[in-house]
Amino acid sequence: MDIGIVGYGAYVPRLRISVEEIAKVWGTNAENFRKGLIVDEKSVPESDEDTVTIGVEAGRNALLRAAINPKKIGALYIGSESHPYVVKPSGTVVAEALGLGTSLMLADFEFACKAGTAAMQCCYGLIKAGEIDYGMAIGADTAQGKPGDALEYTAAAGGAAFVLGKDPLAILEGTCSFTTDTSDFWRRERQDYPMHGARFTGKPAYFRHVLTATKNLMEKLSLNIDDIDYFVFHMPNGKFPTAAAKTLGIPMEKIAPGLVVKRMGNCYSGSSPVGLCATLDIAKPGQRILMTSYGSGAGSDSFSFMVTDRIIERRDMAPKTEYYLKNKKNIDYGTYVKLRGKLRM
Amino acid sequence: MTYKSSVPMFWRLQGSKYRLVGTRCTKCNSVFFPPRSLCPKCRRKGTVEEMTFSGKGEIISYTIIRTAPEGFEKYVPYAVAIIKLDEGTNISGQIVGNNIEGMAIGMRVRPVFRRMFEDGDRGLIQYGIKWEIDKGDSTS
Repeated sequence: MDIGIVGYGAYVPRLRISVEEIAKVWGTNAENFRKGLIVDEKSVPESDEDTVTIGVEAGRNALLRAAINPKKIGALYIGSESHPYVVKPSGTVVAEALGLGTSLMLADFEFACKAGTAAMQCCYGLIKAGEIDYGMAIGADTAQGKPGDALEYTAAAGGAAFVLGKDPLAILEGTCSFTTDTSDFWRRERQDYPMHGARFTGKPAYFRHVLTATKNLMEKLSLNIDDIDYFVFHMPNGKFPTAAAKTLGIPMEKIAPGLVVKRMGNCYSGSSPVGLCATLDIAKPGQRILMTSYGSGAGSDSFSFMVTDRIIERRDMAPKTEYYLKNKKNIDYGTYVKLRGKLRM
Repeated sequence: MTYKSSVPMFWRLQGSKYRLVGTRCTKCNSVFFPPRSLCPKCRRKGTVEEMTFSGKGEIISYTIIRTAPEGFEKYVPYAVAIIKLDEGTNISGQIVGNNIEGMAIGMRVRPVFRRMFEDGDRGLIQYGIKWEIDKGDSTS
């Protein structure tokens, strides 16, 4: 029997800060960032939102679409690089809040921006092996960007959850990964903000991994660009996934539905998963979606999904990604600094 | 190191705090939140069972907090409301969204999962349910 996504759901906090608002404070040229990064604004969590609360909201939406008893879920894995505790899992809180059972395999994952898709692979493997009937994978983050750093224009908050199982709304046709030791972005213990390799994050890091994983999966499944209706690539900004698509000869309309970064920034572990949710929101039965994540350090997970008839009945059972993108309120830099705890008193 | 909140006490209340688990009397259908283990009307003749509230309801009263207790200063000004739950009992809770100008009695609300309280920098983070104004537009 086919295995794949049974339910999905995104969550994006309501607040936004524009590229102009950040540039105004640091005396930079907003237009350069807006055009260079292809990002207009980024989402900002309220002071009572974090990876756990985002995970719960996205998880609720995924469960609404899955329409299953939450106690049937046998595994919960949450990928994030902003787990609220250093020691104590985010997953236990999320599982209790969602009413999952206690015969539950659970762990928090971390692999920069791709821990959420690693969680999907684990659930897929356990279901395929017959160990569990359903698994939930969540990618969520409240990303940190050092004030004044280029990352500050994009580091956002949001996440997505997927219930994987049998009788799916999107069949997982295959997955593969490409992993190397490439240090393009890191954060040491007790450091508030990450460091990055600036231009080094591009060619040897993002592009090498995303393009290789994507090509490897297409080769594994004997697919070419024409066989795939939509592509979702990890979105550190708008420029990188657009350039990756150009390199592979993918028409821009095939990445457009999932290119949520322009309106919400990069929510790290939630980035490509939210893009996948936005694409599932508009995809038709029989259409194929290829998603490739990227996590610094570095690795990419690539997935091919075939949308089934089930999407029709389940799509409207929970809020769509567009609802969260539209439902927004812009704030100024002072409020942003307060909310993100950047003021030390 | 002393903490302001009791770890075991919060653990005991987790179901109610996270998922609005209350109780219901199967004899007279009265619902209780926080949960009661005995129906005050039916007493030993009634049977009380667990029920989970949807969290959806209507604001029947509210107040705006401008001078907050310790730990809540960052939310000021914020609204705290008494909400009549659709299943039939009242509950008090914080309204998120910082839209105090638009608050009104009779507004529909729905639950959201948020941080409730942080016990300093080293203690537990307590999570629970707050409410947001429900404009009925989320599944459109």
